[in-house]
Amino acid sequence: MAFTFAAFCYMLALLLTAALIFFAIWHIIAFDELKTDYKNPIDQCNTLNPLVLPEYLIHFFFCVMFFCAAEWLTLSLNIPLLAYHVWRYMSRPVMSGPGLYDPTTIMNADILAYCQKEGWCKLAFYLLSFFYYLYGMIYVLVSS
Amino acid sequence: MSTTGFNSQNGAGGGQAYANGPSQNPVALQQPPGVGYGMTHQAPYNLMQPKAPMPPGPGLYHSGPYQPVPPVSSYQSSPPVSSYQAPPGQPLLTRPPMGGPLPHTPPQSASPSPGPRMPPAQATPPPPAVSSNSYYPNAQQQQPPMAHAWQYGTAPPPMGAPPPMNTPSGGPVANHVNLPASSTAPPQSSTAYSSPPQGPVSHNATQPPGPGMPPTSLHGYTHPGTAPPPMNPMPPHTYQPGRPPYGPPPTGPPPTMKPAPPPTGPPMGSATPPPPKADGTMAGNGPQTPNTYNHVDNKMAGPPQSGPPGRQLGHYPSLPPGYQNTSAPPSSASPMHPPMPTATQPYTQAPQPYQQPSAGPGPAQLSPSLAALSLQSSTPEALRVVNLLQERNLLPPGPIPAPTPCLPQDLQKINCNPEVFRSTLTSIPQTQSLLNKAKLPLGLLLHPFKDLSQLPVVTSSTIVRCRSCRTYINPFVSFLDQRRWKCNLCYRVNDVPEEFMYNPVSRSYGEPHKRPEVQNATIEFIAPSEYMLRPPQPAVYLFVLDVSHNAVETGYLNMVCQSLLDNINALPGDSRTKIGFITFDSTIHFYNLQEGLSQPQMLIVSDIEDIFLPTPDSLLVNLSECKELVQDLLKSLPNLFEKTMETQSALGPALQAAFKLLSPTGGRMSVFQTQLPNLGVGALKSREDPNQRASAKDIQHLSPATDFYKKLALDCSGQQVAVDLFLLSAQYCDLASLGCISRYSAGSVYYYPSYHHAHNPAQVERFQKDLKRYLTRKIGFEAVMRIRCTKGLSIHTFHGNFFVRSTDLLSLPNVNPDAGFAVQMSIEENLLDMQVVSFQAALLYTSSKGERRIRVHTMCLPVVNSLSDIFAGADVQAITGLLASMAVDRSVSASLSDARDAMTNAAIDSLASYRQSVLTIQQPGLLAPACLRLFPLYILALLKQKAFRTGTSTRLDDRVFAMCQLKYQPLAYLMLMIHPALYRVDDLTDEGALNINERTIPQPRVQQLSVEKLSREGAFLMDAGMVIYLWVGRNCNPNFLTQVLGVPNYTAVPQNLYLLPELDTAESQRTRAFIGWLRDQRPFFPTLHVIRDESQLKANFMQNMIEDRTESALSYYEFLLHLQQQISK
Repeated sequence: MAFTFAAFCYMLALLLTAALIFFAIWHIIAFDELKTDYKNPIDQCNTLNPLVLPEYLIHFFFCVMFFCAAEWLTLSLNIPLLAYHVWRYMSRPVMSGPGLYDPTTIMNADILAYCQKEGWCKLAFYLLSFFYYLYGMIYVLVSS
Repeated sequence: MSTTGFNSQNGAGGGQAYANGPSQNPVALQQPPGVGYGMTHQAPYNLMQPKAPMPPGPGLYHSGPYQPVPPVSSYQSSPPVSSYQAPPGQPLLTRPPMGGPLPHTPPQSASPSPGPRMPPAQATPPPPAVSSNSYYPNAQQQQPPMAHAWQYGTAPPPMGAPPPMNTPSGGPVANHVNLPASSTAPPQSSTAYSSPPQGPVSHNATQPPGPGMPPTSLHGYTHPGTAPPPMNPMPPHTYQPGRPPYGPPPTGPPPTMKPAPPPTGPPMGSATPPPPKADGTMAGNGPQTPNTYNHVDNKMAGPPQSGPPGRQLGHYPSLPPGYQNTSAPPSSASPMHPPMPTATQPYTQAPQPYQQPSAGPGPAQLSPSLAALSLQSSTPEALRVVNLLQERNLLPPGPIPAPTPCLPQDLQKINCNPEVFRSTLTSIPQTQSLLNKAKLPLGLLLHPFKDLSQLPVVTSSTIVRCRSCRTYINPFVSFLDQRRWKCNLCYRVNDVPEEFMYNPVSRSYGEPHKRPEVQNATIEFIAPSEYMLRPPQPAVYLFVLDVSHNAVETGYLNMVCQSLLDNINALPGDSRTKIGFITFDSTIHFYNLQEGLSQPQMLIVSDIEDIFLPTPDSLLVNLSECKELVQDLLKSLPNLFEKTMETQSALGPALQAAFKLLSPTGGRMSVFQTQLPNLGVGALKSREDPNQRASAKDIQHLSPATDFYKKLALDCSGQQVAVDLFLLSAQYCDLASLGCISRYSAGSVYYYPSYHHAHNPAQVERFQKDLKRYLTRKIGFEAVMRIRCTKGLSIHTFHGNFFVRSTDLLSLPNVNPDAGFAVQMSIEENLLDMQVVSFQAALLYTSSKGERRIRVHTMCLPVVNSLSDIFAGADVQAITGLLASMAVDRSVSASLSDARDAMTNAAIDSLASYRQSVLTIQQPGLLAPACLRLFPLYILALLKQKAFRTGTSTRLDDRVFAMCQLKYQPLAYLMLMIHPALYRVDDLTDEGALNINERTIPQPRVQQLSVEKLSREGAFLMDAGMVIYLWVGRNCNPNFLTQVLGVPNYTAVPQNLYLLPELDTAESQRTRAFIGWLRDQRPFFPTLHVIRDESQLKANFMQNMIEDRTESALSYYEFLLHLQQQISK
């Protein structure tokens, strides 16, 4: 049993995924508030937009870590999400600031539903990966 | 106890002196500043109504208004007294289940015409039957490659570049010396908007607009056995998952499209009776109120009676020659159109009652059983099977009325006017899956702030609303007993407040169901202070004018200043009204107009990076206190910049400055721009590649280049500032980016391509008329609109100019009477136990007199559970309008070709669904229910509309502007922009004419948009909404040339004729009356162009010939074959 770089990566990913889970929950709550009229879309977009890039960067960061640690299976599990993030950010509306959400279109039922679904899917993904990283960490620690 | 004043109000409705139309009451009363709400304003009125008898009682609620004149209240055609019953719970709505649609095989007629045009489905489509007279633009008779040209949207073989269409006729605004004498034109415009569209504005009390059908016509559809390939049962529709449900379900009866003669809206200008606002104090006012009423009453009563009957007489039998020779039955398919007195057709009779319920007394007198009968028998009519491949003349001869929901008489009678509130499906499907099956879009089209001639206004200390969903009490609630009512949206049982027990109309107690709120589907409340977040704002107008070299060249500045000078007293507002000016080129110029200065003082701010206001409090000044300074400024402004050499335009910083100036109060910002902004923030680059204008590939750059304008618009919206954009430019201006400033701040966009004071007189006239209307029309400030609907339905998407603040709330910093909205709906929960559902749009705004008002429209529609009922209730015009809005969104978010495919699929899917699920007998051909028979035509028209066409040279700005219009215009005007109306005008007669205000308005029949209908011997008028073309045939009747155009022969017709000479001949008068009447029906001013063979604009005229093939688009017949092929796949 040794503390390898891979184990370190898993531990880091574990912590960061916990953070991402909070992001996802925040995202879900925010869209729910929009849907139930509690919030003004402009304010809501202003609070959500700054969080988009950090989330993507965190995810990108530990993908890079896994790459360095040569954890190919874990990396391949994360690649689809990484690709989705890249695509999502490339196809964002014309905006001068960072972020994805445009207050003028966000209230469109299709977009709202899409964003909500996206939130739930991500939450599920992060939760599963959280446990996977936990398992991965222990496995690496034990096997080495 | 509540004081409830009830009065009718004229469109101007806002309340006091509103100028609904343009100018009317300049007399507006001045109130002391700071007037709050509850003041009694007196109606300053009316010039025009003195004749009406005056019922005596002054006083407040004079019942006067309400009772004596029952028919007046627009929505009730029968005496209002009829007690209201029929709460939704009752089984009133029994609609007999319908069997399959009637199999109709029309009798065979002799006319062979369709025959030749039916090639086996895939053969190369024959060129449109135009042949001999080739007016056909560049018609290529043979187009071999066309064989597989079915794929729509993909590039058809390009055939040479089409002539550039939109080139400015005046030439690029080059260097011209400018400055027209400042007197250009202002004065005459008064008539344009103000003449009341003919009379009857009331929805129900009038006769149905549509002209009758030819009484004697027999249906002669040919039914050649050979023709269309046999059809197999439909395959599941080609719906693609990827695409949003573009066209779910199919639709119904035709909506009214254009100038429906009678009910055209509000007489805008003239007859606005000032709303006497009734609260208890208005003694003096009393007499006026009744007056108003009667006056209106007269108006309504008069014309319609004389009008319609006339039209039904023998007008149609004498068809224009061109029509007779061509294919068989004149308008065989128009049974939907109301008045068909003597109809011999089997189907036509039954529907009559169905269609006409709105026609005044008629239905009211039917005995219940008869009414029930009519309901039954009418259904088949809307569903009558029409084989589109065989019946060619589907276009009704006159305007198409909106279909009538299949509701019990007493509900229908009080239902909301379809011009204000209209649904794409007049029968709401019970479940979303049923709706998906029908493949027709479900949505609402609204024109909520329309100028109405009759608007009950209620002042009450408590406004009765549902306690849980906040719905306003409306005619469709049910009273459980004297003290309790049940909300029709959420079904909560509420108490009737004490005040509501007293009925001010009848001055009786204990009859809450007879209160005006419960008798009118459209009503306006004067809101108490709970409805204000801050004291109502004053009317504030800020003008932001481009004064760069380019702008001065066009000479628009003169026109704007002159119009303002002329209308300065007619600007809606009160004594608190404020006004300000900003001009800009590469710097921003402010004008200090503070009282006490001897002349306006110009302050220049050249630091456009960090804009600031030089003297914050004297730039926006009180109009009445500083009127002289303002007038001085307006007189000197055009000369001030005469010699400017500054070519740059810092629009962005100017807008920021204007926003800063207006943000403390809110108000309206009118921006005039003549070139691409190229300095400071918001600078744009030209994105248009002129070589791509005719590209059949995807059109780029339909979405904004920067979000600067959008963000600024959102800021404006937050501060209750609306931005109206007037774009006058010969060059590309990137309207896609600039337009955002208006779109999200609920402003409007006006576009005058290649405006030039000397080179483009037609455009100048249009600009002037539009400005006058713009300056004087009613306006509502700091408005919000909420749309509520019965539990189970929910709002999917909004279309129009606004900012969506929450799922059902639109933020509208300004609202104007010319704005339309569309809403897509979805069904979230099944509407299983409901027989009717209701929709309520409530618009809360501050009138220009500083009063908070709420205008509430409520519409009630039946719920059905069979597909055939859904199809029977489809409103084809509303569907087209909604699809157009959806397609605009799609073009921006995805691509133009995607949007085009989606529209085509909408037609394919709905017809396929109809064929598959509704038709019991499978016949060959392209079958559609009668109510949807125009659907493919309208879809084709949309595909050929400027906004969506491909392959024809279209400037990017023109295209984007067309898209803005599709989303913003109310349906009535929109339909003309989609499918223009063509009339033959060289043989106008007084037969069947309307009679309005002593003027006789001939009513020629609407022709199909095909070159085949043109004849060299005639003259044809095409009304395309924003523009009217008068096409003169080469061998036109010399009588027409001399009597109407005032020229001796064809060759003497001037190239750029845009005004008809005022000749004193019967023909000239008729023609001018007809054109004037068309113009009066809309709030903008269409220019008239007289076109002859060599005219530059001929191409534009020909492009509107929707049924013909062009180099890049299918003909109507080919399109039908394409649909048929897709459906039977």
